[in-house]
Amino acid sequence: MSDLNRLTIAQARKGLDEGNFTAVDLTQACVDAMAARDDLGAFITPTPDAALEAAAEADKKRAAGETAPLLGIPLGIKDLFCTEGVQTTAASRILQGFTPTYESTVTSNLLRDGGVFLGKLNLDEFAMGSSNTTSYYGNVVNPWQSAAKPDLQLVPGGSSGGSASAVAARLCLGATGTDTGGSIRQPAAFCGITGLKPTYGRCSRWGVVAFASSLDQAGPMARSVEDCAILLGSMAGYDPMDTTSVDTPVPDYTAELRAGVKGLRIGIPREYRVEGMPEEIEKLWMETADRLRDQGAEIVDISLPHTHSALPAYYIVAPAEASSNLARYDGVRYGYRADAPEGLPEFSSLEEMYATTRGEGFGPEVQRRIMIGAYVLSAGYYDAYYNKARRVRSLIARDFEQAFQTVDAILTPTTPSPAFGITEEPTGVEMYMNDVFTVPASMAGIPGISVPAGLSKDGLPLGVQLLGKPFEEVGLLRVAQAVETAADFTATPQLMA
Amino acid sequence: MEQAARLARLTVADEDKDRLAGELSAILGFVEQLNAIDTDDVEPLTSVVGATARMRQDTVNAGDYPERVLANAPDRVTDFYAVPKVVE
Repeated sequence: MSDLNRLTIAQARKGLDEGNFTAVDLTQACVDAMAARDDLGAFITPTPDAALEAAAEADKKRAAGETAPLLGIPLGIKDLFCTEGVQTTAASRILQGFTPTYESTVTSNLLRDGGVFLGKLNLDEFAMGSSNTTSYYGNVVNPWQSAAKPDLQLVPGGSSGGSASAVAARLCLGATGTDTGGSIRQPAAFCGITGLKPTYGRCSRWGVVAFASSLDQAGPMARSVEDCAILLGSMAGYDPMDTTSVDTPVPDYTAELRAGVKGLRIGIPREYRVEGMPEEIEKLWMETADRLRDQGAEIVDISLPHTHSALPAYYIVAPAEASSNLARYDGVRYGYRADAPEGLPEFSSLEEMYATTRGEGFGPEVQRRIMIGAYVLSAGYYDAYYNKARRVRSLIARDFEQAFQTVDAILTPTTPSPAFGITEEPTGVEMYMNDVFTVPASMAGIPGISVPAGLSKDGLPLGVQLLGKPFEEVGLLRVAQAVETAADFTATPQLMA
Repeated sequence: MEQAARLARLTVADEDKDRLAGELSAILGFVEQLNAIDTDDVEPLTSVVGATARMRQDTVNAGDYPERVLANAPDRVTDFYAVPKVVE
């Protein structure tokens, strides 16, 4: 087995351009890696044959003198993006067997730019979760192992857990993720990779299975800041099919990567020091600030006073929108339909068919959330819950707007802990705390990126998060590159292919 | 709990009801803390990017492909979705 699967996208593009190897060689290395690390559960639907065919096609195009930003680059696709002719499950039983007859805009853009798809990646059911343990298709395993408990399987984070695990284990060069409250950034941090949630409206949501429409945003996950910049350049863009897609030009996201941070002002929000956060996370956060200061940035203390209201507000807004979006799964138009009760030839009512299908088709976390959502939207509660949460959301957005009048970017930890064991998983509201640092940016719609910055005392990756101004991903990536360069994170996971 | 399940069109098994009721109460208890925040002069956020709705031509731009639409139907009769016969 070659180790081409371990290249970054930037390295692979160079190697392909120089003729050192072919797209088929590169894709074969990934296909072999996927087979060797099948035990991670990262893929729901691998498509090795189609990938190799696409790679051969890419080689032909390259031989004919054609170029494209991702020509022949093997990628994994979160199984929340509709892919024409390839089963799309959202990791839910209720979408079992659903084979879209259309391609999502984001994956269309990647195909247009020459991307080779290795298959569909596992996730939390309907992207609801922070540990990738709610998938109907089984848990995803983090390729990292704790030095203290090497036998304990760790969660990859979620909901883009398959994407994070596959990129970290070198099964693919990059992957798509989606982020509603931290679903790109938190798993990226847990798996020691880089993940970018763009500004809301930057990537089209068309053809992405909807969770919470005012929060959902697709973004890249990869092994370097530069690779994320390359992928975003292909994924982003205005799409008339998504009414919230913003019609603003797609810049060259790699343009300012080497511009450095001299003279930039980086904010440190005091509210991101939370009780019970391990000292090593606080330490890495401050070390990262010091490294940026050493490169000429000015570090500024700031306040985002409504930070701790973001999570409770999120747990109203997201379930409310989910309950509305998931109303479409009724067993009539696609996916799973329950059988009539045992011993009876048919359901007693259409309503019973819907409710039985949904009761059997949705897992426990999804059921909890759509029930909460239906409740907070119901007559008599709408103002007290949903509108209250939307008012709080305005305050959270205002906090960021005010902060960005004085700083260029904000630096925080990505998560309040490193990856935990699949069997040590916290439950309920405690589990929701995983997203305490990522949810505020989601609520405000601003871009955020997690960059691996160091290791915990047990040898697990820790990420720092950078937040930027709306549609200023170029500047955000520039700071992220400075963090990456200074951190010089070269550690690799134990379960790597 | 039963009200929420009915609104969400979910059949919940009897043995799961107590557990679910507890979980839902915990979440609702957690979000209660928002009541401590003064939002009297704050408008609910409607769009994070401040975009206004765009107009488009009022023309047919897709359709006339029943096979694509019906391709994933659990059950169909000619060009229609089919549901189980329901005895009222």
